[in-house]
Amino acid sequence: MSATPQLPPVAKLEQKTVVDLVSKGKRIDERGPESYRPIQIQVGLIEKANGSAQVHLGKSKVLAGIKVQTGTPFPDTPDERVLTVNAELVPLASPSFEAGPPSEAAIEISRVVDRGIRESKAIDMKSLVLQKGKTVQVVYVDIYVLDHDGNLIDAASMAALAALVNSKVAKMEVKGDEVINKGGHHQLPLNNYPVAVTFAKVDRTIIVDPSLEEEQVMNARLTVTIDKNGDICAMQKGGLYGFTPDEVRKAVHMAVGKAAENRARIMAAAKG
Amino acid sequence: MPEPKQPEKLIDDKGLRIDGRRLDELRPIKLEVGLLDKADGSAYIEQGKNKILVAVYGPREAHPKHIAMPERAVIRCRYHMAPFSVDERKNPAPSRREMELSKVIRESLEPVVLTDLYPRTTIDLFIEVLQSDGGSRCAGITAASLALADAGIPMKEMVAACAVGKIEGKLALDLSDAEDKYGEADIPVALVPNAGLVTLLQMDGHLTLSEFEQGFTMALEACKTLHAMQREVLKKKYATMKEAAEEREEAEVVA
Repeated sequence: MSATPQLPPVAKLEQKTVVDLVSKGKRIDERGPESYRPIQIQVGLIEKANGSAQVHLGKSKVLAGIKVQTGTPFPDTPDERVLTVNAELVPLASPSFEAGPPSEAAIEISRVVDRGIRESKAIDMKSLVLQKGKTVQVVYVDIYVLDHDGNLIDAASMAALAALVNSKVAKMEVKGDEVINKGGHHQLPLNNYPVAVTFAKVDRTIIVDPSLEEEQVMNARLTVTIDKNGDICAMQKGGLYGFTPDEVRKAVHMAVGKAAENRARIMAAAKG
Repeated sequence: MPEPKQPEKLIDDKGLRIDGRRLDELRPIKLEVGLLDKADGSAYIEQGKNKILVAVYGPREAHPKHIAMPERAVIRCRYHMAPFSVDERKNPAPSRREMELSKVIRESLEPVVLTDLYPRTTIDLFIEVLQSDGGSRCAGITAASLALADAGIPMKEMVAACAVGKIEGKLALDLSDAEDKYGEADIPVALVPNAGLVTLLQMDGHLTLSEFEQGFTMALEACKTLHAMQREVLKKKYATMKEAAEEREEAEVVA
């Protein structure tokens, strides 16, 4: 059952400072309303994963690892590979995270990232089906939040994409009834590069990339995931209040440019 | 029940959909309130083949106590699908999808409920999908608003929700199961009509910006239509109550 979350107590004064600044077009960390915090992306940190990436979004840190293994396809899609996205809010990342089964927030992050990758058809689902209905390659995207300073959805989305671009998969072939490792690797085939852009509404102002302090005072949140063609492939609204239709339209338009900027950063980091 | 096959076409030559609807037409909708005896408020919605029952309990004492909030009521929400509500039996344990939907449905209703009137309590919403036919989260929100009103919980106004999607390249209102499954995009939207607030917005699939703008506007209009239907149902409930009270009064006078 989903319950109204209890936010950690923020001093009233701090709350007021954050809101006052935003309503004047400023922010507590001196960014503009439409600016991201500094973004750093490193790939290939985890040798045992097929691909990995760590994203620093301001002080938020998210690590994504890709594992590609053989498995069985779903009965209703025998000729498609399987994609599984999971997010862990590990307790070392924030005093508000607890060990145990995935929280609602973790489920939401993983499902929003999953939707972006799946709906943009980023991974070629028809490729690397080894035996129709029997053996396909399963792609696991595991997102590990290491430090929570707000906007985990965007950090997770960027880390997942960078890790996918970074992924190398063992060459496999089918001999008779057996699937064998041919030796050597190839790049994981990708067709699209979805990037999530998250907005928060603080007071009556729309800001991009909310920090934790801003998330604690925001009215609502909207994530728009944009594909490589500048089209929308996923959206998710969150938070206890709402947006006017015009605010939604404005955010969607703004998302296109922001996604392109961040996509260029990811591609440069993953290739460099 | 055999699983239905993929239809050859979702839109025919006359521009009509598999169930005979136009692109901008809602499915037939039936709304009822107050049909459960034990719940503080309840509502039922049929939208196409969707059959959804909602119960509200509360405001009631928070249990366990530590979940209570000192300055407001906690809203709790469970969206749950019956095992027999879909083609393949659904495991009754809550899935990740159901957990996400419980969250977004709760968030779509939070802004209208006057929670600060009932500190330290919970208001519990149970949404049971008895049969699912696409757009069940939206139908669930429409019915949940009615159930809250039926429970007499003070609200600013009711929330109405409706989805718009894209099938065979065209925008279509209120997708059915098959249209959702074989279509290209789905955008569930919830609107608080008088406040002009969008409180649920999700999307999956592929849409250009102009398709989104057009679809979003279609969904907002449909929400307003649904809101008028919600109001009618409540008015009818109170008219019936008034009649019953008047009859009782007359009987007393005669006696």
